[in-house]
Amino acid sequence: MQISARRTENTTIFDVSGDIDLASSPEMRKALLGELREKRTPRVVVNLTKVRYIDSSGVASLVEGLKASRDTGTRLLLFGLSPSAREVLQLSRLLRIFEVFENEEEALAS
Amino acid sequence: MSKNLLLKLELLSDPNLLCVVRATIEQLTELVGFQAPERRSVTRAVDEALTNIVRHAYRGQTGRPIEILFRRLPQRSGSKRGEGLEILLSDRGPAVDPGKLRGRRLDEIKPGGLGLHFIRQSMDTVEFTRARGVNQLRLIKYLQGAKEACHS
Repeated sequence: MQISARRTENTTIFDVSGDIDLASSPEMRKALLGELREKRTPRVVVNLTKVRYIDSSGVASLVEGLKASRDTGTRLLLFGLSPSAREVLQLSRLLRIFEVFENEEEALAS
Repeated sequence: MSKNLLLKLELLSDPNLLCVVRATIEQLTELVGFQAPERRSVTRAVDEALTNIVRHAYRGQTGRPIEILFRRLPQRSGSKRGEGLEILLSDRGPAVDPGKLRGRRLDEIKPGGLGLHFIRQSMDTVEFTRARGVNQLRLIKYLQGAKEACHS
């Protein structure tokens, strides 16, 4: 997995690529919590367009990010979910809990 | 060894090897004839099972043995079941507490505890056994047919 950040004044977009699994999810967790809990960036957007697979540890990292955003009054948005990523969020009944968008334009316009 | 054996994998507990196993399963399930959603289900179930072995059975230790057998299940005469794929995962970790195999409720929004839920949702049969110091997880996915009750 690779993760990079694009930052503007109030928004950080994380571009993630590869698989998010037991080996890589700690890196994503660290990035999300650093941005939401420590920097308190008002809006954090995760670009999952190039993520083919997310396991339960990856979902757990996203949930931790969501909880951090609620604790700090910030927002965590997702877009570009692959069929596999959408399935795991559906299986865990989280698809409606997250703010999920089809693409970056829709996420930024929200 | 069974004449229906398709593949045997012996690997060491290491999170970095999970992607290798996933890639193998994606190819194998395509060869067996599963459609894309079913291939994702089988891949997810085995990946989550391996994650549980690494995290819980071996408590994060690397270098511990794991074996995975893949067997083709032929259609039996008189059975409504179609062909399927049987997967046996074995580890030498401590005995699993059956009370921890239920998974958690999904109405709480909290991280963790989803792996077993994903396995049960993804496969037609899920069975845990332990014999002679070996934990074994038996998973079955049928090419066709209704879902059978899970066992634990």
